[in-house]
Amino acid sequence: MPDTITLQVARYRPDTEREPTMQEYVVPLRKEWAVLDGLNYIKDQLDGTLSFRWSCRMGICGSCGMSVNGDPKLTCATFLDDYAPGPVRVEPLANFPIVRDLVVEINDFMLKLRRVKPWLLRNEDKPLDEGEYLQTPDELDDYKKYSLCINCMLCYSACPIYGLEPEFLGPAAIALAQRYNLDSRDEGEHQRLDVLATDEGVWACTYIGECSVACPKGVDPAGAIQRYKLIAAKESMLDLLWPRGAR
Amino acid sequence: MSSVDDVAPLYRRPVSLFWWARRRSYLLFVLRELSSVAVAWTVVYLLLMINAVFSGAAAYQRFLDWSARPWLILINVVAMLFLLLHAVTWFNLAPQALVVRLRGRRVPSRLRGRLIPPRLVAAAHFGAWLVASALVAWILLVVG
Repeated sequence: MPDTITLQVARYRPDTEREPTMQEYVVPLRKEWAVLDGLNYIKDQLDGTLSFRWSCRMGICGSCGMSVNGDPKLTCATFLDDYAPGPVRVEPLANFPIVRDLVVEINDFMLKLRRVKPWLLRNEDKPLDEGEYLQTPDELDDYKKYSLCINCMLCYSACPIYGLEPEFLGPAAIALAQRYNLDSRDEGEHQRLDVLATDEGVWACTYIGECSVACPKGVDPAGAIQRYKLIAAKESMLDLLWPRGAR
Repeated sequence: MSSVDDVAPLYRRPVSLFWWARRRSYLLFVLRELSSVAVAWTVVYLLLMINAVFSGAAAYQRFLDWSARPWLILINVVAMLFLLLHAVTWFNLAPQALVVRLRGRRVPSRLRGRLIPPRLVAAAHFGAWLVASALVAWILLVVG
């Protein structure tokens, strides 16, 4: 095993550059080093001006998503050894505007996430003294997979529809809407329907499936969207035949 | 509210005209979208055939002669390949959209309350396709 590997890192310094350029760094190749360790080595030893986001180093904070050799990856969970002898191309997540170097602008996702109301909605809250809302393990299983989303946005980066039509609500937001829709304690399905069953919602998705391939947590947003299309179609038919106001 | 735009210009990467060539799944997706043209053509062709059948034997013979032209055969072969792609990808999608939960007494107890495996949902769709095709073939070849 060679003891070094070359990282080709995208740089964008808006104060001096009009567009991104690539810069090469040679870092130690160690079996236990992830791409993020390589980037931290650059930051600490070679070039302190390199900017990138990271936090937990253990695949749970969702901060360190980047494009590695063209694939959206969590850089803390992507090992340099798997790319030996290199070089490894590290770029900011595709489909997002670049703020600086490997840092992307994520406001669009944050605003979309809020639109699907990813929290428990009740028509009327139970008084506290009546205790908690109980749930069986089977009911938990209905949505558990979708609750594992860490908002890392790799799915948005993998989705060409989001790249072409930035209004698309996107995989993670829809999967998280389903996480609450399928929760037995939630009663907000109709509030979310107006956001999800639209041209920018599930109907923008044409099922390419790359979001589910990219997801580091096995959330399967593509499955969540296809499943919701059936609900959306059923609801709009029902609305046509028997309007919601009359029900 | 201040945004990052106030501080420094964001760089928005242009989407390449050939983005669909970057990955096999993207190419397959574009081909699948294109297959709708083949579906539309097949419907038109079928309507033309029905019209010819109802316009008498001479008109039907003219339709058959027209259909035997090499360029039309080529179009129909390409259309059929697209239709197969359309059907196969559609049935493979079915288990993603249909999550079938069995509850009730009639199903075997080990299946009760559990999800039907996605493969079984897809297999049921392909099975129904096979039965429908066999039925059509039987009508055309045996009854007709």
